Amino acid sequence: MLAFTLRRAIQAIGVMIAVGIIAFSMFRFAGDPVNQMVGMDTSGAERAAIRKSLGLDDPVIVQFGRYVGDAARFKFGVSYQFRLPVTNLLMERMPATLELAICATIFAMISGILMGVYSALHRDSWLAHIFQAVSLIGISLPTFLIGILMIYLFSVTLGWLPSFGRGDVVHIGWWTTGLLTLSGLKALIMPSITLGLFQMTLIMRLVRAEMLEVLRTDYIRFARARGLTTRAIHFGHALRNTLVPVITVAGLQFGSVIAFAIITETVFQWPGMGLLFVQAVQNVDIPIMAAYLMMVSLIFVTINLVVDILYTIVDPRLRSTVGRAH
Amino acid sequence: MSEAVVPHTTEKRAAAAPGWFRRALDSDLFYSFRRSKITMIAAGVTLLFFLLAIFASVLSVQNPFDPAQLQLMNSRISPIWTADGQSPFLLGTDEQGRDVLSAILYGLRISLLVGVLGVVLSGAIGILLGLTAGYFGGAVDGLIMRIADVQLSFPAILIALLINGIAKSVFGNKLDEMSMLAVLVFAIGLSFWVQYARTVRGSVLVEKNKDYVAAAQLIGLPAPVIMLRHVLPNTTGPILVIATINLALAIITEATLSFLGSGMPDTMPSLGTLIRIGNGYLFAGEWWIVAFPGIALAALILSINLLGDWLRDALNPKLR
Amino acid sequence: MTEPVLSVRNLQVEFASRRGTLRAVNGVSFDIAKGEVLGVVGESGAGKSVTGLSVIGLIDAPGRIAGGEIHLAGLRIDNLPPEEMRRVRGKRIGMIFQDPLTSLNPLYKVGDQIVETIRTHLNLSERAARRRAIDLLAEVGIPAPEKRIDGYPHEFSGGMRQRVVIALAICAEPELIIADEPTTALDVSVQAQIISLIKRLGRDHGTAVMLVTHDMGVIAETSDRVAVMYAGRVAEIGPVQDVVRNPLHPYAKGLMGAIPTLAGDDKRLVQIPGSMPRLSAIPRGCSFNPRCAFAFDRCRVERPEPMEHGAQSVACHLHDTAPAETAA
Repeated sequence: MLAFTLRRAIQAIGVMIAVGIIAFSMFRFAGDPVNQMVGMDTSGAERAAIRKSLGLDDPVIVQFGRYVGDAARFKFGVSYQFRLPVTNLLMERMPATLELAICATIFAMISGILMGVYSALHRDSWLAHIFQAVSLIGISLPTFLIGILMIYLFSVTLGWLPSFGRGDVVHIGWWTTGLLTLSGLKALIMPSITLGLFQMTLIMRLVRAEMLEVLRTDYIRFARARGLTTRAIHFGHALRNTLVPVITVAGLQFGSVIAFAIITETVFQWPGMGLLFVQAVQNVDIPIMAAYLMMVSLIFVTINLVVDILYTIVDPRLRSTVGRAH
Repeated sequence: MSEAVVPHTTEKRAAAAPGWFRRALDSDLFYSFRRSKITMIAAGVTLLFFLLAIFASVLSVQNPFDPAQLQLMNSRISPIWTADGQSPFLLGTDEQGRDVLSAILYGLRISLLVGVLGVVLSGAIGILLGLTAGYFGGAVDGLIMRIADVQLSFPAILIALLINGIAKSVFGNKLDEMSMLAVLVFAIGLSFWVQYARTVRGSVLVEKNKDYVAAAQLIGLPAPVIMLRHVLPNTTGPILVIATINLALAIITEATLSFLGSGMPDTMPSLGTLIRIGNGYLFAGEWWIVAFPGIALAALILSINLLGDWLRDALNPKLR
Repeated sequence: MTEPVLSVRNLQVEFASRRGTLRAVNGVSFDIAKGEVLGVVGESGAGKSVTGLSVIGLIDAPGRIAGGEIHLAGLRIDNLPPEEMRRVRGKRIGMIFQDPLTSLNPLYKVGDQIVETIRTHLNLSERAARRRAIDLLAEVGIPAPEKRIDGYPHEFSGGMRQRVVIALAICAEPELIIADEPTTALDVSVQAQIISLIKRLGRDHGTAVMLVTHDMGVIAETSDRVAVMYAGRVAEIGPVQDVVRNPLHPYAKGLMGAIPTLAGDDKRLVQIPGSMPRLSAIPRGCSFNPRCAFAFDRCRVERPEPMEHGAQSVACHLHDTAPAETAA
C-alpha cells in the first residue's frame, strides 16, 4: 500500500517535471519574451538590459532551474497584457472556476447516476430511450452551442437568469464565493449545467454500461438464486459494484471539467481562470498560458493520485493485494 | 426438429443474388445497418453534408466572402418565411448583407476540410508512432506510451488551444487564412493521435511473436514489411471506428477554437466562426444569424456520431 | 411412493436468436424424491444447466419456458408470478453455481451476504441471523467461523469460497438443492471434499439434490439416480448402479466407457465418434443417430420416446419391446 502510493507519487512528480519543461519551453522559445514586453521604439541597449535583468543570457539549464524553482513557489512571472504577476491574476480567478467546476460535477454525478441506473434497469422503457437520445445530443452538441441556446432561452426570451458574470460575490479571506447570494446562485445555474452536461452524458453512459455488465455477473445471478429482493439486488449489490469504477472516472474527470470550463467561461463571461487563459491565447500572453498549464496539470496529477488511493479504500480486494502485487 | 430453426428473411432474399453481393448482404455489418433506420438516416445526412460542402459554390446565391457581392442594403434580413423575409435569402442575411445559407455552405466546407485533414494527420501520426512503439519496444515504446498516457488525461481542446497559442507566438499574431487552417489541422492532429497509436501498438505486439514473422525473416524478407501487411488489415476496423468518432471530435474542436476566437478568422469563417459572429446579434433578436449555423453544426456532428456508434457496435459483437 | 420433492414434466425451453428459435431443452421429464441425489450428466450444451435454471426460474430473455410443468412438492412453480417465485428461490430451492470465485459479491463481507439471505427468508433479528450464519459456516466446514464471517470473499481460497456458497444455498433449509457443476472450477484435491459435503448435507437435512455435471465419476460417487442428457433430451434415466453397469442407450454406453477407473484395467477409454450437434442443426429422428453405431432406418425418421425398462427408462428404438406398428 505504501509502496504503491510512493510509486504513484513519483510518477506524478515525473509528469509535473515534463509539463514544467513544456511550460518553460513555451516561455523561453515561443517568441522572444523581451519583444513581448517592450514597445517598438525600445532601443537595442534597453532591450539588452531587460534581457539581462530577466536572466535570459544565462545558460538554458540555469534558466530552467530558475523557472522550476519559481514555479514551485508559485511565481510565474508577469503577464504581458496586464503587467501584473500571473500568480495574483490566477489566484484571483481560481475561486470562480473551482466553484463552477464543483457545481457542474455535482450536477453531473447526481443526474448521470440516476439516469444511468434507470436506463440500465428499464432498458426498453420510453424514458430510457429519451435518456439515450439526450446523452447522444449531450455528446454531439458542442458546449458553446448549449450555452448559447440556454442564454437565448432563459436570458433573452424568458429573462429568468443572468446571461453573464457571477452575480454578487462575498469575500471570505482571499476566496470569493457566489454561493451566498441569490444573484450569485442564479448566475451559477446555467454555467454549471452547460459545463456539467457533457460529464453527465459520460457518467450516464458509463453507469448504464457498468450496471448492465454487473447485472450479467455470476454474483448477481447467485444473488437472484438466493431469492434476494429485486431492490436489494439492484440498489445494494449491483449499484455498489457499479459505482466503484464510476466514482474513479468521475474523479478523474474533474480535471477535465476545469479545463473544459475554458469554453463555458467564455460563453458566460465567467470571470475564472479559463476566461483568462482564452484571452491569454488570443493576446499571446505566454506567461499566463504557461502558468495555467502548470496549474491545471497540478490539479490533474493531484486528483489522479487521490483517486488512486481512494480506489484502494473503496475496493477491499485492492486493500490487501495492492501492496503485495507491486 | 427441422422446424426449430426459422431462417432470417435477409438470408432468403440474399439467396437469389450472386457472389460477393450475396456475401455483403448477409454480412453482420450490413445486417445491423439495415436493421437501424437511424443509422441509415445518419449516413444519408452525413453524405448530404459532404455533397453540400463540395458543391457550395454551385448551390449558394452569392460568394459570401467576396465583398463585391455583398450589399449593405441587404443586411439583417430575417428568414424568408418571416414577415420581413426576402428572396433569395432563404435563411436571412447578417450585418454585412451576407446570405446566411451561403455562409453556412462555405463554412461547412472549411469545417469538414479541417476535420478530415485533422483526422488524416492524427491517424498518420498515431499509426506511425504505434508501429514504432510496438516494433522497437523497450525505451522507445516506454517513451511514446508515457507521452500518450499523459496526453490522454488532458482534454484535446486544451492541447489544441496551447498549440494554437504557441503557433501564434512563433509566427506572429496575424496569420493569413490558409496558415490558420494549417495551424488548426496541426493542432487537431497532435491532439487526437493517442487512440490510434494504442490500437496499432497492441496489434503489433500480438503479431510480433507469431511464427510467420520469424519465418519471413528466415527467408530474408524484412520483418516490418511483413508485419505491416498483417497488422494493418487487423486494425482496419478499430481504426475506422476511431477515425469516424474522431471526425466528429475534430469538427467540434475546430468549431470550439473558432468560437473562442482562436480558429478560423472572420474573413474565411468555419461554422464555429459563424456562430461566434452570430452570437453577438442574439441579444438584438437576430437569432437566425447564429441559429442556422448552430443547427447545421449540431446535425453534422450528430449524424457522424451516430454512424460512429453504429460502426463501433457492429464491428465489436462483444459489446452488443 | 410418496410425492416427489421435484417433478419435471415434458419441459421445453426455447431461446430466440437472430437465426430463429433454438430449443435448448425439448421434452425433459424426471422426479427427485426427498433425500435423493439425482445426477444429471451430459456434454456441454446438452441442456443440463438450462434445466437447472428453469427449475429455479432464472431463465432470462431471450430464453423462455415454452412448455411443460415443474412441481415443487405439489406446487406448480413454472408459472408463478415473479415475486412469489422469488420467495421460493433461496427459501425452498437452494442453488450452487459452478465458479465460487465469481459467485460471491467481492465488495461485501461473506457474513453480510449470508445474513442478508437469511433475513430475506426467515424472520430473524440481525443478531440471531449472524449466529445462524456462524453455525452454517461451521457446518460447511469453515474453520474459525466467528472470525472468518467478517472476511471478504477474496480472502478465501476457491474451495473455502465454494463452502461459503453452499452455506448460502442451505441457509433457509431448502427442500431442494440444485448444484450446477459445483466442482468443475475447483482443484482436484478439493473436489472430493465438496462432493462429500453436498452428499452429507443432503443426507442430514433430507434435502433432494439435483447435481448437474459432465463428470460421470462424480455422479457414480454421489448420486442415487442418474439422468443422461443429450441434445436437450433425456436419453436415459435410472438408478445409478444400473445405468453405470448396464447402460441401455448407446450414448450412455459410450459415456460409461469414458469413465477412467482407479482399478486401472488395461481397457482403453472408449470414445464416441463425432460431437453433439449444435442446437440450430439437430438431426431428424433420434438426435444421436449420426453418431450411433447401432442406428437403423427408424432412428433416422422417428424420434424415440422414453420407454420403461425395469428401473431404467430409455429413449432408444433398440429397446422398443413393442412391435414397431403399435408403437407408431
